[in-house]
Amino acid sequence: MSHKIVVGYDGSDSAKAALSFAADLTRAQGGSIVVAHVLEWSPYSFLTPTELEERHKRRREELERAEAAILAPAVEGLKESGLEIETALKYGGIAATLIHIAKDSGADQIVIGRNGEPGLTSRVFGSVAISLAQAAPVPVTIVP
Amino acid sequence: MKNLFKPAALAALTLLVASAPAMAQSLDQTINEGFANATGWFVNFIFSPFPGTTFPWIVMWLVIAATVFTLYFGFIQFRAFPHSISLVKGDYSDPNDAGEVSHFQALATALSGTVGLGNIAGVAVAVGIGGPGATFWMILAGLMGMASKFTECTLGVKYRNEYEDGTVSGGPMYYMTKGFAERGVPAGKFMAILFSVFCILGALGGGNMFQANQAHAQITNVVGDYPGWITGIVFAGIVFAVIVGGLKSIASVTEKVVPFMGVLYVLTALVILLMNADMIGWAFGEIITGAFTGAGVAGGMVGALIQGFKRAAFSNEAGVGSAAIAHSAVRTKEPITEGFVSLLEPFIDTVVICTMTALVIIITGQLISDPNTGLYLLDEGASTIQTVDGNKGVALTSAAFSSAIPFFKYILAIAVILFAFSTMISWSYYGLKAWTFLFGEGQGKELVFKVIFCIFVVIGASASLGPVIDFSDAAIFAMAVVNIVALYVLMPVVKRELDSYLSRLKSGEIKKFH
Repeated sequence: MSHKIVVGYDGSDSAKAALSFAADLTRAQGGSIVVAHVLEWSPYSFLTPTELEERHKRRREELERAEAAILAPAVEGLKESGLEIETALKYGGIAATLIHIAKDSGADQIVIGRNGEPGLTSRVFGSVAISLAQAAPVPVTIVP
Repeated sequence: MKNLFKPAALAALTLLVASAPAMAQSLDQTINEGFANATGWFVNFIFSPFPGTTFPWIVMWLVIAATVFTLYFGFIQFRAFPHSISLVKGDYSDPNDAGEVSHFQALATALSGTVGLGNIAGVAVAVGIGGPGATFWMILAGLMGMASKFTECTLGVKYRNEYEDGTVSGGPMYYMTKGFAERGVPAGKFMAILFSVFCILGALGGGNMFQANQAHAQITNVVGDYPGWITGIVFAGIVFAVIVGGLKSIASVTEKVVPFMGVLYVLTALVILLMNADMIGWAFGEIITGAFTGAGVAGGMVGALIQGFKRAAFSNEAGVGSAAIAHSAVRTKEPITEGFVSLLEPFIDTVVICTMTALVIIITGQLISDPNTGLYLLDEGASTIQTVDGNKGVALTSAAFSSAIPFFKYILAIAVILFAFSTMISWSYYGLKAWTFLFGEGQGKELVFKVIFCIFVVIGASASLGPVIDFSDAAIFAMAVVNIVALYVLMPVVKRELDSYLSRLKSGEIKKFH
């Protein structure tokens, strides 16, 4: 069975650590990596009329920017080293979207970086790591 | 230099403030008179009655349109109601379109443009003149208006312009030009120009002056009387910062707070109704009898009907065409879906929120009736019903809510200011769309409109309620005159879309994603 790992990636140091962990794992056991970046988005947020009008344009710009600034640099080095690697760029809630990506791509593991100390916000609203641990259909690895 | 200048400036400022009240009252008066004189003829035309009656033709125009659309689409507002809810929930949204404008967002933005002073002050005006019976006609107009809204918003999406850079522009101007050309009907361009002119007036009237006027009334109601132009200048400054300075933070904070204020308003009204649960039956009795007998109010039954329909149209803007501009940015392959979603707007706005306001005013006993006859007492001019403290407009609503929950007048004041502000932002956008349709896009041209818009904020806050409300109504209804003609011409297009969509929905071709 070929392994596939979805890495939640936002360009931060911990995300880089997660990606290199997944890369080591893939080199050892074979398989491929999906580098996934989620642009946080709720269809139930409130926008002004001008924001509505420009939304499609802004979305295109946001996707281009994320592709160029976050995904491309991450993938570049790893591809050269011969790893089989693809990217995913989606809008949505972070945890739920990572789960979707894992399901759609048939991944058997999700790897994310740990996002610092648990602060007040994550206590109140829950963190991506906790949501994934509760809801992911595949094992989740959190890299410190 | 700086230090020398400061005391002098301070002294000048003190002098100005000290002499302000006397100067300001006369300034308010001048603005008021000048405004009433300048707009009188337009108001008289729009509200002229059918010859030999007291019934304004414009009200009949809206009622007939709403009835025609309701029948033509087979009571679509009731048939499609559950489907509309699933669309807003996102049940039919493709997850790959995440990040685009959702049905919910289009609805929320359109609602924050319509939910506003119409729901709070407008209803008070209706009930104050037409008595409780006006509520019945208002609810009926709201239910029927759902079909008008459905028609115009479907067309708004269908004929919108999508530009290379990904931005969109839609609204009656576009379905008049493109839709008429497609059907081979002449004069589309002429209609679009006429509509744009009225839309600009509507933006300056109901979307601006009425808001500024009632926001000022609400503030003086809480902090005491002071000249209106002061409120006007402060408001104009903030509006200027947002629409000219691009200060997005204020607008986005308002957009987020307004929905919560709306919910809070309805919940508070429900609490007051529950506190007086034993009187709800009586209140509905007053509404029903008032609707058909007039119960002694000015103008009798017809007076109640006119007020009810007028205020409903003013509040939910069904048939006016403004919503078609707001809804046209949604991301959907099926224009009709936005029609379904938009029909919820008059329901939430009029059937739910306006009715709450009316019930609270009636139940808390703000309207004075003769204990012997049960008929409402009219004031000296015999044009409005006497109220407990002589309140009218927003002050009447405020008094009604405060009589049950005393501190609510402060919350209401904040709500009114925010509602007024979000409505102004929305209407500045509608007006701007009409303006650029007429004069073309370009920063300089857009700035001219934006500055005019800000000047009218000051005029609106300074003038008295009568002339402002007359002009606001007249301008908004003038939009409806043109828009409804276009809706009649294009309704077969909507019918085709509707039939095609419903059959594909039934066959399962249009599938649920969630």
